Amino acid sequence: MDILYKAFIDPFMQMGAAPDLFVQTLWDGLVAGVLYSLIALGFVLIFKASGVFNFAQGIMVVFAALTLVGLHEKGVPAYLALAITIGIMFLLAVGVEKLMLRPLVNQPDIILFMATFGLTYFLIGFGELIFGGDPKVMIATQLGLPRGAIDFKFAGGFVSLQKIDIAATIIASIMVASLAIFFQKTRIGRALRAVADSHKAALSVGISLEQIWVIVWFAAGLVALATGIMWGARSEVSFALEIIALKALPVLILGGFTSIPGAIAGGVIIGVGEKIGEFYWGPLLGSGIETWLAYVIALVFLLFRPQGLFGEKIIERI
Amino acid sequence: MRAPDGPDVMAGEVLLSVANVSLSFGGVKAISGVSFDIRKGEIRAIIGPNGAGKTSMLNVINGFYQPQEGVITFKGKARAKMRPHDAADGGIARTFQNVALFRGMTALDNIMAGRTLKMHKNLFWQLLRHGPAMVEEVEHRHRVEEIIDFLKIQEIRRTPVARLPYGLQKRVELGRALAMEPDLLLLDEPMAGMNIEEKEDMSRFILDVNEHYGTTIALIEHDMGVVMDLSDRVVVLDHGIKIADGTPAEVMKNQAVIDAYLGVAH
Repeated sequence: MDILYKAFIDPFMQMGAAPDLFVQTLWDGLVAGVLYSLIALGFVLIFKASGVFNFAQGIMVVFAALTLVGLHEKGVPAYLALAITIGIMFLLAVGVEKLMLRPLVNQPDIILFMATFGLTYFLIGFGELIFGGDPKVMIATQLGLPRGAIDFKFAGGFVSLQKIDIAATIIASIMVASLAIFFQKTRIGRALRAVADSHKAALSVGISLEQIWVIVWFAAGLVALATGIMWGARSEVSFALEIIALKALPVLILGGFTSIPGAIAGGVIIGVGEKIGEFYWGPLLGSGIETWLAYVIALVFLLFRPQGLFGEKIIERI
Repeated sequence: MRAPDGPDVMAGEVLLSVANVSLSFGGVKAISGVSFDIRKGEIRAIIGPNGAGKTSMLNVINGFYQPQEGVITFKGKARAKMRPHDAADGGIARTFQNVALFRGMTALDNIMAGRTLKMHKNLFWQLLRHGPAMVEEVEHRHRVEEIIDFLKIQEIRRTPVARLPYGLQKRVELGRALAMEPDLLLLDEPMAGMNIEEKEDMSRFILDVNEHYGTTIALIEHDMGVVMDLSDRVVVLDHGIKIADGTPAEVMKNQAVIDAYLGVAH
Protein backbone atom coordinates (compact mmCIF):
# COMPACT_ATOMS: atom_id res chain seq x y z
CA MET A 1 0.00 0.00 0.00
CA ASP A 2 2.88 2.26 0.81
CA ILE A 3 4.14 2.22 -2.76
CA LEU A 4 0.71 3.07 -4.12
CA TYR A 5 0.48 5.96 -1.72
CA LYS A 6 3.89 7.20 -2.81
CA ALA A 7 3.04 6.86 -6.47
CA PHE A 8 -0.47 8.21 -6.64
CA ILE A 9 -1.15 10.40 -3.62
CA ASP A 10 1.99 11.77 -2.11
CA PRO A 11 3.24 13.64 -5.24
CA PHE A 12 -0.06 15.50 -5.53
CA MET A 13 -0.05 16.30 -1.83
CA GLN A 14 3.39 17.83 -2.32
CA MET A 15 2.19 19.86 -5.27
CA GLY A 16 -0.66 21.20 -3.21
CA ALA A 17 1.50 21.85 -0.17
CA ALA A 18 4.08 23.92 -2.02
CA PRO A 19 2.52 25.50 -5.10
CA ASP A 20 5.53 27.80 -5.53
CA LEU A 21 7.79 24.80 -6.00
CA PHE A 22 5.31 23.33 -8.43
CA VAL A 23 5.22 26.51 -10.50
CA GLN A 24 9.01 26.68 -10.42
CA THR A 25 9.28 23.11 -11.68
CA LEU A 26 6.68 23.80 -14.33
CA TRP A 27 8.64 26.83 -15.54
CA ASP A 28 11.92 24.91 -15.63
CA GLY A 29 10.20 22.22 -17.62
CA LEU A 30 8.73 24.76 -20.00
CA VAL A 31 12.12 26.33 -20.70
CA ALA A 32 13.77 22.98 -21.29
CA GLY A 33 10.80 22.08 -23.48
CA VAL A 34 11.19 25.18 -25.62
CA LEU A 35 14.80 24.26 -26.29
CA TYR A 36 13.84 20.68 -27.14
CA SER A 37 11.28 22.14 -29.52
CA LEU A 38 13.96 24.16 -31.25
CA ILE A 39 16.14 21.11 -31.80
CA ALA A 40 13.18 19.10 -33.02
CA LEU A 41 12.28 21.96 -35.35
CA GLY A 42 15.65 21.63 -37.05
CA PHE A 43 14.89 17.97 -37.73
CA VAL A 44 11.36 18.67 -38.93
CA LEU A 45 12.48 21.33 -41.42
CA ILE A 46 14.89 19.00 -43.16
CA PHE A 47 12.65 15.96 -42.91
CA LYS A 48 9.71 17.82 -44.42
CA ALA A 49 11.55 19.10 -47.44
CA SER A 50 13.86 16.23 -48.24
CA GLY A 51 12.63 13.20 -46.32
CA VAL A 52 16.04 12.91 -44.71
CA PHE A 53 16.35 12.23 -41.01
CA ASN A 54 19.32 14.45 -40.31
CA PHE A 55 21.42 12.71 -37.69
CA ALA A 56 23.83 15.65 -37.81
CA GLN A 57 21.32 18.15 -36.38
CA GLY A 58 22.77 17.74 -32.88
CA ILE A 59 26.31 18.32 -34.01
CA MET A 60 25.19 21.30 -36.08
CA VAL A 61 24.06 22.88 -32.80
CA VAL A 62 27.51 22.32 -31.31
CA PHE A 63 29.31 23.37 -34.47
CA ALA A 64 27.36 26.64 -34.71
CA ALA A 65 27.90 27.50 -31.04
CA LEU A 66 31.57 26.51 -31.23
CA THR A 67 32.18 28.64 -34.29
CA LEU A 68 30.57 31.63 -32.62
CA VAL A 69 32.54 31.32 -29.40
CA GLY A 70 35.73 30.30 -31.19
CA LEU A 71 35.64 33.37 -33.43
CA HIS A 72 35.09 35.62 -30.44
CA GLU A 73 38.04 34.01 -28.65
CA LYS A 74 40.18 34.86 -31.65
CA GLY A 75 39.32 38.51 -31.13
CA VAL A 76 36.32 39.02 -33.40
CA PRO A 77 33.67 41.30 -31.86
CA ALA A 78 30.58 39.41 -30.69
CA TYR A 79 28.07 40.69 -33.25
CA LEU A 80 30.52 40.34 -36.13
CA ALA A 81 31.22 36.79 -34.96
CA LEU A 82 27.47 36.15 -35.01
CA ALA A 83 27.21 37.47 -38.56
CA ILE A 84 30.18 35.38 -39.71
CA THR A 85 28.72 32.29 -38.04
CA ILE A 86 25.45 32.84 -39.91
CA GLY A 87 27.52 33.09 -43.10
CA ILE A 88 29.30 29.84 -42.26
CA MET A 89 25.98 28.07 -41.64
CA PHE A 90 24.94 29.21 -45.11
CA LEU A 91 28.15 27.86 -46.64
CA LEU A 92 27.54 24.61 -44.78
CA ALA A 93 24.08 24.39 -46.35
CA VAL A 94 25.50 25.01 -49.82
CA GLY A 95 28.24 22.44 -49.19
CA VAL A 96 25.79 19.83 -47.98
CA GLU A 97 23.64 20.33 -51.07
CA LYS A 98 26.53 20.24 -53.53
CA LEU A 99 28.66 17.50 -52.00
CA MET A 100 26.15 15.30 -50.22
CA LEU A 101 22.56 15.63 -51.44
CA ARG A 102 23.14 16.19 -55.15
CA PRO A 103 25.33 13.13 -55.77
CA LEU A 104 22.89 11.02 -53.76
CA VAL A 105 19.69 12.22 -55.40
CA ASN A 106 17.13 9.45 -55.93
CA GLN A 107 18.95 7.13 -53.53
CA PRO A 108 16.91 5.39 -50.83
CA ASP A 109 16.33 7.40 -47.65
CA ILE A 110 18.53 5.09 -45.62
CA ILE A 111 21.52 6.03 -47.78
CA LEU A 112 20.93 9.72 -47.12
CA PHE A 113 20.50 8.95 -43.44
CA MET A 114 23.90 7.24 -43.42
CA ALA A 115 25.37 10.22 -45.24
CA THR A 116 24.24 12.45 -42.36
CA PHE A 117 26.27 10.19 -40.04
CA GLY A 118 29.24 11.00 -42.21
CA LEU A 119 28.44 14.68 -41.94
CA THR A 120 28.29 14.33 -38.14
CA TYR A 121 31.79 12.93 -37.91
CA PHE A 122 33.11 15.45 -40.39
CA LEU A 123 31.72 18.32 -38.32
CA ILE A 124 33.13 16.88 -35.09
CA GLY A 125 36.58 16.51 -36.60
CA PHE A 126 36.53 19.82 -38.43
CA GLY A 127 35.25 21.72 -35.39
CA GLU A 128 37.87 20.19 -33.13
CA LEU A 129 40.63 20.85 -35.62
CA ILE A 130 39.88 24.54 -35.80
CA PHE A 131 38.57 25.43 -32.35
CA GLY A 132 39.98 22.66 -30.17
CA GLY A 133 38.07 20.18 -28.06
CA ASP A 134 37.91 22.06 -24.76
CA PRO A 135 34.58 23.19 -23.39
CA LYS A 136 34.02 26.91 -23.88
CA VAL A 137 31.81 29.51 -22.25
CA MET A 138 29.01 30.96 -24.36
CA ILE A 139 29.40 34.69 -24.98
CA ALA A 140 25.84 35.37 -23.85
CA THR A 141 26.49 38.76 -22.21
CA GLN A 142 28.53 40.02 -25.14
CA LEU A 143 25.58 39.21 -27.39
CA GLY A 144 23.34 41.34 -25.24
CA LEU A 145 21.46 38.51 -23.58
CA PRO A 146 20.28 39.45 -20.08
CA ARG A 147 21.70 37.94 -16.91
CA GLY A 148 20.35 37.38 -13.45
CA ALA A 149 16.92 36.38 -12.32
CA ILE A 150 13.53 37.86 -11.59
CA ASP A 151 12.08 36.63 -8.32
CA PHE A 152 8.48 37.07 -7.45
CA LYS A 153 6.37 36.07 -4.53
CA PHE A 154 3.96 33.28 -5.14
CA ALA A 155 1.76 31.42 -2.68
CA GLY A 156 3.94 32.14 0.29
CA GLY A 157 7.19 31.27 -1.46
CA PHE A 158 9.40 32.50 -4.27
CA VAL A 159 9.50 31.63 -7.90
CA SER A 160 12.68 32.56 -9.67
CA LEU A 161 12.82 33.10 -13.42
CA GLN A 162 16.22 33.33 -15.07
CA LYS A 163 16.23 36.27 -17.47
CA ILE A 164 18.13 34.25 -20.03
CA ASP A 165 15.37 31.64 -19.97
CA ILE A 166 12.76 34.30 -20.60
CA ALA A 167 14.85 35.60 -23.50
CA ALA A 168 15.23 32.06 -24.84
CA THR A 169 11.50 31.51 -24.75
CA ILE A 170 10.80 34.78 -26.55
CA ILE A 171 13.45 34.22 -29.22
CA ALA A 172 12.28 30.65 -29.79
CA SER A 173 8.68 31.83 -30.13
CA ILE A 174 9.64 34.48 -32.67
CA MET A 175 11.67 31.97 -34.69
CA VAL A 176 8.87 29.43 -34.70
CA ALA A 177 6.27 32.03 -35.65
CA SER A 178 8.35 33.40 -38.52
CA LEU A 179 9.09 29.90 -39.81
CA ALA A 180 5.40 29.07 -39.70
CA ILE A 181 4.50 32.23 -41.66
CA PHE A 182 7.34 31.54 -44.07
CA PHE A 183 6.08 28.01 -44.72
CA GLN A 184 2.42 28.90 -45.02
CA LYS A 185 2.34 32.22 -46.79
CA THR A 186 5.27 32.79 -49.10
CA ARG A 187 6.07 31.54 -52.57
CA ILE A 188 9.23 29.84 -51.34
CA GLY A 189 7.31 28.35 -48.44
CA ARG A 190 4.79 26.97 -50.90
CA ALA A 191 7.66 25.57 -52.95
CA LEU A 192 9.09 23.94 -49.82
CA ARG A 193 5.81 22.21 -49.09
CA ALA A 194 5.53 21.24 -52.71
CA VAL A 195 8.93 19.57 -52.65
CA ALA A 196 7.98 17.78 -49.44
CA ASP A 197 4.88 16.36 -51.13
CA SER A 198 6.22 15.30 -54.52
CA HIS A 199 9.66 15.73 -56.03
CA LYS A 200 8.66 15.09 -59.61
CA ALA A 201 5.61 17.34 -59.53
CA ALA A 202 7.72 20.09 -57.96
CA LEU A 203 10.30 19.71 -60.71
CA SER A 204 7.61 19.84 -63.38
CA VAL A 205 6.42 23.27 -62.28
CA GLY A 206 9.98 24.55 -62.31
CA ILE A 207 10.85 24.45 -58.63
CA SER A 208 14.57 23.96 -58.23
CA LEU A 209 15.27 21.19 -55.72
CA GLU A 210 18.82 22.43 -55.23
CA GLN A 211 17.64 25.88 -54.17
CA ILE A 212 15.03 24.45 -51.81
CA TRP A 213 17.54 22.14 -50.16
CA VAL A 214 19.97 24.99 -49.54
CA ILE A 215 17.15 27.02 -48.00
CA VAL A 216 16.00 24.29 -45.61
CA TRP A 217 19.50 23.34 -44.55
CA PHE A 218 20.28 27.00 -43.96
CA ALA A 219 17.08 27.42 -41.94
CA ALA A 220 17.97 24.32 -39.94
CA GLY A 221 21.45 25.80 -39.45
CA LEU A 222 19.98 29.04 -38.09
CA VAL A 223 17.74 27.09 -35.73
CA ALA A 224 20.82 25.13 -34.65
CA LEU A 225 22.71 28.36 -33.99
CA ALA A 226 19.86 29.75 -31.86
CA THR A 227 19.66 26.48 -29.94
CA GLY A 228 23.42 26.46 -29.46
CA ILE A 229 23.45 29.98 -28.04
CA MET A 230 20.57 29.32 -25.64
CA TRP A 231 21.73 25.92 -24.54
CA GLY A 232 25.36 26.98 -24.36
CA ALA A 233 24.40 29.89 -22.13
CA ARG A 234 22.78 27.51 -19.65
CA SER A 235 25.69 25.09 -19.46
CA GLU A 236 28.77 25.29 -21.66
CA VAL A 237 29.71 24.79 -25.27
CA SER A 238 31.23 21.37 -25.74
CA PHE A 239 30.79 18.32 -27.90
CA ALA A 240 28.85 16.73 -25.06
CA LEU A 241 25.99 19.01 -26.14
CA GLU A 242 25.55 16.75 -29.13
CA ILE A 243 23.50 14.31 -27.08
CA ILE A 244 20.70 16.83 -26.75
CA ALA A 245 19.86 15.67 -30.27
CA LEU A 246 18.81 12.41 -28.66
CA LYS A 247 16.32 14.40 -26.61
CA ALA A 248 14.74 15.51 -29.84
CA LEU A 249 13.87 11.96 -30.79
CA PRO A 250 11.03 11.46 -28.27
CA VAL A 251 9.85 14.98 -29.13
CA LEU A 252 9.66 14.01 -32.79
CA ILE A 253 7.90 10.74 -32.04
CA LEU A 254 5.43 12.65 -29.97
CA GLY A 255 4.88 15.55 -32.33
CA GLY A 256 5.10 13.77 -35.64
CA PHE A 257 8.08 14.12 -37.95
CA THR A 258 6.41 16.51 -40.36
CA SER A 259 4.66 18.98 -38.10
CA ILE A 260 6.03 22.29 -36.85
CA PRO A 261 3.25 22.73 -34.24
CA GLY A 262 3.91 19.10 -33.29
CA ALA A 263 7.56 19.84 -32.61
CA ILE A 264 6.57 22.70 -30.34
CA ALA A 265 3.84 20.87 -28.43
CA GLY A 266 5.98 17.73 -28.23
CA GLY A 267 8.94 19.68 -26.87
CA VAL A 268 6.88 21.35 -24.17
CA ILE A 269 5.16 18.09 -23.13
CA ILE A 270 8.50 16.29 -22.90
CA GLY A 271 10.23 19.16 -21.10
CA VAL A 272 7.48 19.67 -18.53
CA GLY A 273 6.84 15.93 -18.12
CA GLU A 274 10.50 15.30 -17.50
CA LYS A 275 10.96 17.96 -14.84
CA ILE A 276 7.70 17.22 -13.02
CA GLY A 277 8.38 13.50 -13.18
CA GLU A 278 11.89 13.88 -11.85
CA PHE A 279 10.88 16.20 -9.05
CA TYR A 280 7.82 14.40 -7.75
CA TRP A 281 8.17 10.80 -8.82
CA GLY A 282 11.97 10.62 -9.03
CA PRO A 283 12.59 9.84 -5.35
CA LEU A 284 10.23 6.87 -5.59
CA LEU A 285 12.40 5.27 -8.26
CA GLY A 286 15.73 6.32 -6.84
CA SER A 287 16.07 9.51 -8.92
CA GLY A 288 17.79 9.99 -12.25
CA ILE A 289 14.62 9.20 -14.17
CA GLU A 290 14.95 12.40 -16.19
CA THR A 291 17.25 10.67 -18.67
CA TRP A 292 14.74 8.06 -19.74
CA LEU A 293 11.35 9.43 -18.80
CA ALA A 294 11.06 11.28 -22.13
CA TYR A 295 11.14 8.00 -24.02
CA VAL A 296 8.49 6.48 -21.78
CA ILE A 297 6.21 9.49 -22.32
CA ALA A 298 6.74 9.19 -26.09
CA LEU A 299 5.99 5.46 -26.01
CA VAL A 300 2.77 5.98 -24.09
CA PHE A 301 1.63 8.56 -26.66
CA LEU A 302 2.58 6.22 -29.47
CA LEU A 303 0.18 3.61 -28.13
CA PHE A 304 -2.70 5.96 -28.78
CA ARG A 305 -1.48 8.01 -31.73
CA PRO A 306 1.04 6.10 -33.82
CA GLN A 307 1.40 9.02 -36.25
CA GLY A 308 2.28 11.44 -33.44
CA LEU A 309 0.16 14.28 -32.08
CA PHE A 310 0.11 16.32 -35.27
CA GLY A 311 1.64 13.96 -37.80
CA GLU A 312 -0.22 13.27 -41.00
CA LYS A 313 -2.42 10.27 -40.68
CA ILE A 314 -1.14 7.64 -43.03
CA ILE A 315 -3.95 6.29 -45.15
CA GLU A 316 -3.16 3.97 -48.00
CA ARG A 317 -5.65 3.21 -50.69
CA ILE A 318 -5.59 -0.43 -51.53
CA MET B 1 -11.69 14.33 -86.06
CA ARG B 2 -11.07 18.02 -85.93
CA ALA B 3 -11.71 19.29 -89.39
CA PRO B 4 -12.00 23.11 -89.10
CA ASP B 5 -8.47 24.18 -88.27
CA GLY B 6 -6.87 21.08 -89.73
CA PRO B 7 -5.26 22.52 -92.86
CA ASP B 8 -3.33 25.43 -91.35
CA VAL B 9 -2.07 23.23 -88.52
CA MET B 10 -0.77 20.82 -91.10
CA ALA B 11 1.31 23.58 -92.62
CA GLY B 12 2.18 25.21 -89.29
CA GLU B 13 5.60 25.93 -87.93
CA VAL B 14 7.36 23.32 -85.84
CA LEU B 15 7.40 24.02 -82.09
CA LEU B 16 9.33 20.99 -80.99
CA SER B 17 11.15 18.34 -82.90
CA VAL B 18 12.67 15.13 -81.69
CA ALA B 19 15.39 13.66 -83.89
CA ASN B 20 16.82 10.16 -83.56
CA VAL B 21 16.30 10.03 -79.83
CA SER B 22 17.44 6.89 -78.02
CA LEU B 23 17.13 6.22 -74.34
CA SER B 24 18.15 3.15 -72.40
CA PHE B 25 18.27 2.12 -68.78
CA GLY B 26 21.24 -0.17 -68.34
CA GLY B 27 20.65 -2.82 -70.97
CA VAL B 28 16.99 -2.04 -71.51
CA LYS B 29 16.21 0.10 -74.53
CA ALA B 30 13.19 2.27 -73.79
CA ILE B 31 13.34 4.37 -76.97
CA SER B 32 15.36 3.64 -80.11
CA GLY B 33 15.96 6.28 -82.75
CA VAL B 34 12.57 7.97 -82.62
CA SER B 35 11.95 11.16 -84.61
CA PHE B 36 8.81 13.26 -84.87
CA ASP B 37 7.73 16.85 -84.55
CA ILE B 38 5.02 18.83 -82.84
CA ARG B 39 3.65 21.84 -84.70
CA LYS B 40 2.55 25.06 -83.12
CA GLY B 41 -1.11 24.98 -82.11
CA GLU B 42 -1.82 21.33 -82.77
CA ILE B 43 -2.97 18.52 -80.54
CA ARG B 44 -0.52 15.70 -81.03
CA ALA B 45 -1.32 12.25 -79.66
CA ILE B 46 1.31 9.69 -78.75
CA ILE B 47 -0.16 6.21 -78.63
CA GLY B 48 1.07 2.66 -78.39
CA PRO B 49 0.69 -0.53 -76.38
CA ASN B 50 1.93 -0.77 -72.78
CA GLY B 51 5.69 -0.44 -72.51
CA ALA B 52 5.97 1.27 -75.89
CA GLY B 53 8.04 4.12 -74.43
CA LYS B 54 5.36 6.82 -74.45
CA THR B 55 5.89 8.10 -70.92
CA SER B 56 9.66 7.84 -71.38
CA MET B 57 9.26 10.09 -74.41
CA LEU B 58 7.42 12.72 -72.35
CA ASN B 59 10.07 12.42 -69.66
CA VAL B 60 12.75 13.10 -72.26
CA ILE B 61 10.88 16.12 -73.58
CA ASN B 62 10.51 17.77 -70.18
CA GLY B 63 14.02 16.95 -69.04
CA PHE B 64 13.36 14.20 -66.47
CA TYR B 65 15.44 11.82 -68.57
CA GLN B 66 18.52 12.65 -70.59
CA PRO B 67 18.57 10.68 -73.85
CA GLN B 68 21.84 8.96 -74.72
CA GLU B 69 21.46 9.91 -78.36
CA GLY B 70 19.49 12.35 -80.42
CA VAL B 71 18.69 16.02 -80.53
CA ILE B 72 15.62 17.83 -79.30
CA THR B 73 14.82 21.21 -80.80
CA PHE B 74 12.37 23.40 -78.91
CA LYS B 75 11.40 26.85 -80.22
CA GLY B 76 14.25 26.64 -82.70
CA LYS B 77 16.89 25.91 -80.09
CA ALA B 78 18.59 22.51 -80.20
CA ARG B 79 19.66 21.05 -76.94
CA ALA B 80 21.67 18.14 -75.74
CA LYS B 81 20.86 18.31 -72.06
CA MET B 82 18.08 20.08 -70.26
CA ARG B 83 17.02 19.97 -66.66
CA PRO B 84 13.31 19.92 -65.70
CA HIS B 85 13.71 23.41 -64.29
CA ASP B 86 14.90 24.75 -67.66
CA ALA B 87 12.09 22.94 -69.47
CA ALA B 88 9.54 24.53 -67.18
CA ASP B 89 11.20 27.89 -67.60
CA GLY B 90 11.14 27.50 -71.37
CA GLY B 91 7.38 26.92 -71.36
CA ILE B 92 6.85 23.17 -71.11
CA ALA B 93 4.26 22.07 -68.54
CA ARG B 94 3.00 18.57 -67.88
CA THR B 95 0.70 16.29 -65.96
CA PHE B 96 1.42 12.76 -64.80
CA GLN B 97 0.01 9.33 -65.45
CA ASN B 98 -0.64 8.72 -61.77
CA VAL B 99 -1.69 12.13 -60.56
CA ALA B 100 1.26 13.87 -58.91
CA LEU B 101 -0.23 16.64 -56.81
CA PHE B 102 1.03 18.27 -53.66
CA ARG B 103 -1.24 16.21 -51.48
CA GLY B 104 -0.96 18.22 -48.30
CA MET B 105 -1.97 21.46 -50.00
CA THR B 106 -5.32 22.86 -51.11
CA ALA B 107 -6.41 22.91 -54.74
CA LEU B 108 -5.74 26.66 -54.78
CA ASP B 109 -2.20 26.29 -53.40
CA ASN B 110 -1.49 23.51 -55.88
CA ILE B 111 -2.43 25.74 -58.77
CA MET B 112 -0.58 28.70 -57.23
CA ALA B 113 2.51 26.50 -57.12
CA GLY B 114 2.27 26.44 -60.91
CA ARG B 115 3.01 30.18 -60.83
CA THR B 116 6.34 29.67 -59.05
CA LEU B 117 8.43 30.66 -62.03
CA LYS B 118 6.30 33.70 -62.76
CA MET B 119 6.80 35.22 -59.32
CA HIS B 120 9.99 37.13 -58.73
CA LYS B 121 9.74 39.37 -55.72
CA ASN B 122 12.39 38.63 -53.16
CA LEU B 123 12.14 36.91 -49.85
CA PHE B 124 12.33 40.07 -47.80
CA TRP B 125 9.07 41.43 -49.20
CA GLN B 126 7.48 38.01 -49.10
CA LEU B 127 8.12 37.71 -45.39
CA LEU B 128 6.66 41.11 -44.72
CA ARG B 129 3.68 40.26 -46.90
CA HIS B 130 3.62 43.86 -47.99
CA GLY B 131 4.52 46.13 -50.82
CA PRO B 132 5.57 44.56 -54.11
CA ALA B 133 5.20 40.96 -52.91
CA MET B 134 1.62 41.52 -51.87
CA VAL B 135 0.77 43.18 -55.17
CA GLU B 136 2.41 40.26 -56.94
CA GLU B 137 0.58 37.65 -54.91
CA VAL B 138 -2.77 39.34 -55.63
CA GLU B 139 -1.97 39.61 -59.33
CA HIS B 140 -1.15 35.91 -59.61
CA ARG B 141 -4.09 34.97 -57.48
CA HIS B 142 -6.23 36.73 -60.05
CA ARG B 143 -4.81 34.65 -62.91
CA VAL B 144 -5.26 31.49 -60.86
CA GLU B 145 -8.90 32.34 -60.17
CA GLU B 146 -9.44 32.58 -63.93
CA ILE B 147 -8.09 29.07 -64.34
CA ILE B 148 -10.26 27.84 -61.48
CA ASP B 149 -13.32 29.33 -63.19
CA PHE B 150 -12.28 27.86 -66.51
CA LEU B 151 -12.01 24.36 -65.03
CA LYS B 152 -15.18 24.82 -62.98
CA ILE B 153 -13.59 23.87 -59.68
CA GLN B 154 -14.64 26.93 -57.66
CA GLU B 155 -16.22 24.93 -54.83
CA ILE B 156 -13.14 22.83 -54.09
CA ARG B 157 -10.68 25.71 -53.97
CA ARG B 158 -9.95 25.29 -50.27
CA THR B 159 -10.11 21.52 -50.13
CA PRO B 160 -6.87 19.61 -49.54
CA VAL B 161 -6.40 17.73 -52.80
CA ALA B 162 -5.82 14.37 -51.11
CA ARG B 163 -9.52 14.41 -50.20
CA LEU B 164 -10.76 15.01 -53.74
CA PRO B 165 -12.09 12.26 -55.99
CA TYR B 166 -9.73 11.09 -58.70
CA GLY B 167 -11.41 12.92 -61.56
CA LEU B 168 -11.17 16.26 -59.78
CA GLN B 169 -7.56 15.61 -58.81
CA LYS B 170 -6.77 15.21 -62.50
CA ARG B 171 -8.52 18.50 -63.15
CA VAL B 172 -6.52 20.31 -60.45
CA GLU B 173 -3.37 18.86 -61.94
CA LEU B 174 -4.35 20.25 -65.33
CA GLY B 175 -4.99 23.59 -63.62
CA ARG B 176 -1.52 23.60 -62.12
CA ALA B 177 0.00 22.97 -65.55
CA LEU B 178 -2.15 25.73 -67.09
CA ALA B 179 -1.06 28.16 -64.38
CA MET B 180 2.41 27.95 -65.91
CA GLU B 181 0.96 29.47 -69.11
CA PRO B 182 2.89 26.92 -71.14
CA ASP B 183 3.64 26.98 -74.84
CA LEU B 184 3.68 23.20 -74.85
CA LEU B 185 1.47 21.13 -72.58
CA LEU B 186 2.28 17.45 -72.07
CA LEU B 187 -0.59 15.31 -70.81
CA ASP B 188 0.18 11.77 -69.72
CA GLU B 189 -3.07 9.81 -69.93
CA PRO B 190 -5.32 12.67 -68.84
CA MET B 191 -8.36 10.41 -68.93
CA ALA B 192 -7.03 7.21 -67.40
CA GLY B 193 -9.43 5.74 -64.87
CA MET B 194 -12.25 8.17 -65.62
CA ASN B 195 -15.87 7.38 -66.35
CA ILE B 196 -17.52 8.47 -69.58
CA GLU B 197 -18.86 11.71 -68.20
CA GLU B 198 -15.51 12.72 -66.72
CA LYS B 199 -13.80 11.82 -69.99
CA GLU B 200 -16.15 14.07 -71.90
CA ASP B 201 -15.51 16.93 -69.49
CA MET B 202 -11.77 16.46 -69.75
CA SER B 203 -11.90 16.28 -73.56
CA ARG B 204 -13.83 19.54 -73.57
CA PHE B 205 -11.23 21.22 -71.37
CA ILE B 206 -8.38 19.99 -73.55
CA LEU B 207 -10.04 21.33 -76.70
CA ASP B 208 -10.84 24.62 -74.97
CA VAL B 209 -7.27 25.06 -73.77
CA ASN B 210 -6.07 24.43 -77.30
CA GLU B 211 -8.57 26.80 -78.89
CA HIS B 212 -8.77 29.65 -76.37
CA TYR B 213 -5.19 29.82 -75.19
CA GLY B 214 -3.66 28.48 -78.41
CA THR B 215 -1.61 26.04 -76.35
CA THR B 216 0.13 23.26 -78.22
CA ILE B 217 -0.67 19.93 -76.63
CA ALA B 218 0.99 16.53 -76.73
CA LEU B 219 -1.00 13.80 -75.07
CA ILE B 220 -0.69 10.13 -74.36
CA GLU B 221 -4.01 8.32 -74.42
CA HIS B 222 -5.27 4.76 -74.62
CA ASP B 223 -8.89 5.45 -75.47
CA MET B 224 -8.96 5.36 -79.29
CA GLY B 225 -12.25 7.23 -79.45
CA VAL B 226 -10.72 10.11 -77.50
CA VAL B 227 -7.62 10.11 -79.69
CA MET B 228 -9.73 10.22 -82.85
CA ASP B 229 -11.85 13.08 -81.48
CA LEU B 230 -9.09 15.25 -80.10
CA SER B 231 -5.92 14.94 -82.06
CA ASP B 232 -4.73 16.53 -85.26
CA ARG B 233 -1.90 14.07 -85.72
CA VAL B 234 -0.87 10.84 -84.07
CA VAL B 235 2.52 9.20 -83.58
CA VAL B 236 2.50 5.49 -82.76
CA LEU B 237 5.27 3.84 -80.74
CA ASP B 238 5.81 0.15 -80.15
CA HIS B 239 8.73 -1.35 -78.21
CA GLY B 240 10.45 2.02 -78.31
CA ILE B 241 10.29 2.35 -82.11
CA LYS B 242 8.08 4.65 -84.14
CA ILE B 243 5.81 2.53 -86.31
CA ALA B 244 3.44 5.12 -87.70
CA ASP B 245 2.85 8.87 -87.89
CA GLY B 246 -0.03 10.76 -89.44
CA THR B 247 -3.64 11.85 -89.08
CA PRO B 248 -5.82 9.65 -86.86
CA ALA B 249 -7.57 8.21 -89.93
CA GLU B 250 -4.29 7.31 -91.63
CA VAL B 251 -2.88 5.76 -88.50
CA MET B 252 -5.93 3.62 -87.83
CA LYS B 253 -5.64 2.06 -91.27
CA ASN B 254 -1.93 1.36 -90.90
CA GLN B 255 -1.23 -2.38 -90.86
CA ALA B 256 1.75 -2.10 -88.48
CA VAL B 257 -0.46 -0.30 -85.97
CA ILE B 258 -3.19 -2.89 -86.21
CA ASP B 259 -0.60 -5.64 -85.72
CA ALA B 260 0.91 -3.91 -82.71
CA TYR B 261 -2.45 -3.55 -81.04
CA LEU B 262 -4.04 -6.85 -81.97
CA GLY B 263 -0.97 -9.01 -82.37
CA VAL B 264 0.18 -10.70 -85.57
CA ALA B 265 -0.99 -14.17 -86.59
CA HIS B 266 1.96 -16.50 -86.81
